Amino acid sequence: MVEIALPANSKIGKGVAHPAPEEAKQPRTLKIYRWNPDDEQNPRVDSYTIDADDCGPMVLDALIKVKNEIDSTLTFRRSCREGICGSCAMNIDGQNTLACTKGIEEIKGDIAIYPLPHMPVIKDLVPDLSSLYAQYQAIEPWLKTDTPQPQNEWQQSREDREQLDGLYECILCACCSTSCPSYWWNSDKYLGPAVLLQAYRWLADSRDEKTGERLDDLEDPFRVYRCHTIMNCAKACPKGLSPAKAITEIKKMMVAREV
Amino acid sequence: MADMRTPLSRARGLGSAKKGTEHFWMQRVTALANIPLMMFLVGALVVHAGSDYTTMTGFLGNPFIGVVMLLLIFSACYHMRLGLQVVIEDYIHGEATKLLALIANQFFTLTIAVACALAVAKLVIG
Repeated sequence: MVEIALPANSKIGKGVAHPAPEEAKQPRTLKIYRWNPDDEQNPRVDSYTIDADDCGPMVLDALIKVKNEIDSTLTFRRSCREGICGSCAMNIDGQNTLACTKGIEEIKGDIAIYPLPHMPVIKDLVPDLSSLYAQYQAIEPWLKTDTPQPQNEWQQSREDREQLDGLYECILCACCSTSCPSYWWNSDKYLGPAVLLQAYRWLADSRDEKTGERLDDLEDPFRVYRCHTIMNCAKACPKGLSPAKAITEIKKMMVAREV
Repeated sequence: MADMRTPLSRARGLGSAKKGTEHFWMQRVTALANIPLMMFLVGALVVHAGSDYTTMTGFLGNPFIGVVMLLLIFSACYHMRLGLQVVIEDYIHGEATKLLALIANQFFTLTIAVACALAVAKLVIG
């Protein structure tokens, strides 16, 4: 039925403001979403003004500076700091992206930082992605064959290998899925752009022998066909990939075997 | 009661429906058909702007025009049913409300199609 009341913890209050250091040459303000599961309070937005002149160039550098020097309770995921692990995916300046590859100078004015949209929040900037990981597991993202294992490696022509370009680079940061309105409304059944791009990565692999079964498992009004080519996924992807195109290729395969 | 199922069990749910492609394909086929059919309708209305009742019934009573009109009614109503179904599935999450809305959609689009087709048939056959 129609839901009129907002879900719990949807109302975001004004938080604490941490002023700039006195000798700051280039003050920049970060407005960061804060929520702690332990204090039974609504979320708030704290602001931290740092000296960008005394900080690395990326938003992640600024977050680490805040955590190290101003507020050690600020919680976020990060690891590789070079755009390959996907841990620091968050909503920065209204766009899902990786904090480690987003330059502070790319953003005008205050830097608004929120967790990835429409996911349960564990704490501050850390979303709960366990449902997305389970969906990834459900598409069985590994090579499946009936032919006995060859003595050496499974072979693939150079042309067939090229079919995986634009797919294998995905780091599963979830920027695309959490930017997709269809995924927001139906993430219980719709697989979402990240998982569907991965599904296509195995459909497009010339070495895989279970293409038909994979298509059977995907062909569903909700699993695939909730994609309405909104294209937020392609706009959000920090690696410049196009999950929308991968999903279109899946739909083309389904039509090809039926029409 | 807390849901104690594993995330994988929830992700797999009831499994794949193993359909949806025909819906996707027919939505595009009817969209394609609607382009010339709708252009014909708009053109015919522009040409007949200001015409009297007799001229209009005479025009629509022409069997060749009647065929085009019936095709338009069928294609547009089919497309409407498919499109509304997508909207309902996207936005209505209560299972009972969703089922009722989907059934209402079937009835509504079919009623519109039959009523329009009958009007055309009456003009053509007299």
